[in-house]
Amino acid sequence: MPLLEIENLSVTFLTGGGQFTAVDRVSLNIEPGEVVSIVGESGSGKSVSMLALMGLLPWTATITADTLRFDGQDLTTISKKQLRQIIGSKMAMIFQEPMTSLNPCFTIGFQLSETLKIHMGMNRAERKKRAIELLDLVGIPEPEKRLSAFPHQLSGGMNQRVMIAIAISCNPRLLIADEPTTALDVTIQAQILDLLLTLQKEKGMSLVLITHDMGVVAETAERVAVQYAGQQVEKQLVKGLFSDPHHPYTQALLNSLPERSTAKILPSIAGVVPGQFDKPAGCLFSPRCKYATDLCRTTPPVVASLEFGRALCHYPLLAGLPTNYPEEVSA
Amino acid sequence: MKGDVVLEAENITRYYKVERGSFQKPAILKALDGASFQLIKGKTLAVVGESGCGKSTLARLVTMIEKPTSGELKIAGVNIITADKKVLGDLHKKVQIVFQDPYGSLNPRQKIGHALEEPLLVNTTMGKKERRDAALNIINLVGLRPEYYDRYPHMFSGGQRQRIAVARALMLNPEIVVLDEPVSALDVSIQAQILNLIATLQEQFDLAYMFISHDLSVVKHIADEVMVMYLGKPIESGSRDTLFRKPHHPYTRALLSATPVADPFRTKERIVLRGELPSPIAPPAGCTFHPRCPSMTEICRDKPPEPYDIDGCMVACYHPKTY
Repeated sequence: MPLLEIENLSVTFLTGGGQFTAVDRVSLNIEPGEVVSIVGESGSGKSVSMLALMGLLPWTATITADTLRFDGQDLTTISKKQLRQIIGSKMAMIFQEPMTSLNPCFTIGFQLSETLKIHMGMNRAERKKRAIELLDLVGIPEPEKRLSAFPHQLSGGMNQRVMIAIAISCNPRLLIADEPTTALDVTIQAQILDLLLTLQKEKGMSLVLITHDMGVVAETAERVAVQYAGQQVEKQLVKGLFSDPHHPYTQALLNSLPERSTAKILPSIAGVVPGQFDKPAGCLFSPRCKYATDLCRTTPPVVASLEFGRALCHYPLLAGLPTNYPEEVSA
Repeated sequence: MKGDVVLEAENITRYYKVERGSFQKPAILKALDGASFQLIKGKTLAVVGESGCGKSTLARLVTMIEKPTSGELKIAGVNIITADKKVLGDLHKKVQIVFQDPYGSLNPRQKIGHALEEPLLVNTTMGKKERRDAALNIINLVGLRPEYYDRYPHMFSGGQRQRIAVARALMLNPEIVVLDEPVSALDVSIQAQILNLIATLQEQFDLAYMFISHDLSVVKHIADEVMVMYLGKPIESGSRDTLFRKPHHPYTRALLSATPVADPFRTKERIVLRGELPSPIAPPAGCTFHPRCPSMTEICRDKPPEPYDIDGCMVACYHPKTY
């Protein structure tokens, strides 16, 4: 049984300009002990879908889902109190900016033991012992001393380690990391990613890695879901995604990476991601897609079969070329 | 690298005084500690390094926002340390900069057209009509539409704003453009558009670029020469092909191995560095990289290594990897 089941999750925000659909019918299953990556550009709804799962969205958001089940429990029907017991203990999250997600007014030790007190009911001595253990686990030197340090006294990488320590303090089954290394330098990024993967293996956690960096995806994840403008456009195994992308967006995105191109001029994707007021009628990617036909511009596509990576496209690609395409195309 | 040298830096340094209260002597922060390089017409020098390595200080010196503490900096053959105000004013027009964050670098209350015309208003005697024409011309050149002239920055996306920032840098027909992390705040699909724009403009105007970045995959794509910096010092510099194919310095190799590559089939050497960047106020003695270096020996702690030539690369290390 999957640890997390999401089916047709949608999130709409009430804005000054009317309803805005930030996440549009996203489905995702996560097995225990699996590393899944959600990749997409800004505005693709990758963070919002996970925040919706954690119940961390403001009141303006309306969340609907056919299924939203974690560890056998239906998250759509359980009470707020029950949800709070799961969040932070069985299901934990790390955010992008370590400097802003820690409270500057309290020591590291205090913020670490807060979770332990609420979820595990430990007493003071136990909490201290466990906090030191956790800091040691995430590779912070001299953990006893660091307990009384404030976030501003530590570097960005160290703060992110503290965030990870807080997240894993109650031995979660699922860890969601929302762009955990975007604010960090490359050598520190490598350290943090290594740490996350080691912890994931040791503890048998499932890890959801939200990122925009295709390099990070290639080096860490087993499965990938690609999102575009709130929709899931493709779901595949990592190797398949990079060798045979099925959605034109994935293909174009991979081609536009500087490291995968040898020409001086990169094959870039023209235009920008559609916003609230300029959503196209048919496929959301159609204005930027080089294969777009009249059908794409008028009719929203349906999800393709598993062999096409569940691509949300009228003409899912196979070996770089669209299938059932009305015209002749050459590679 | 052959060609017309437009900028020459010889051992330039920049130190800052850091006050530490009334009863202590102010500390000296060596933000940039001896860098030598050249910028060539039509070529790109990429400066690579992590935060705190002095990349941005270097940009401030090259754009003459600040003067170097010591060393020699010649722009178009003129030494800017000894030059008088009038000459400096002319030089300022030749060097322009594009900043990292296009949300912060444009005045939210200034129309795009006005932002583009401002350099002309200050530096030239052009009339109103001429300025407007010049602005519209450049708007067209960077791939924006003429009606954007009367719009405000908030009406644009990040990629469009970065195009505007590039356009503004080109208004005075500069010879040198400093690009300070121009694509790191942008999405991947937009990043490619801006990189293409930058490459096309360089060809068209024969610009010399100083491209500051921490992203090695972008650097590998755009640079002709690369300079890797660590704690205020260039530790390795050379042509792109040599540096990426045969990195000598342990730090360069660690940096290359830490950069994620979008290819799940590739297995690569993984060097994970221990620890973090030391404080630049009290840098380690000897080679500044020694506390994190995997191939450190006694000599590294005592004396800072002098850069020397290996296969056409300048490397400052006692134990470079040889090929």
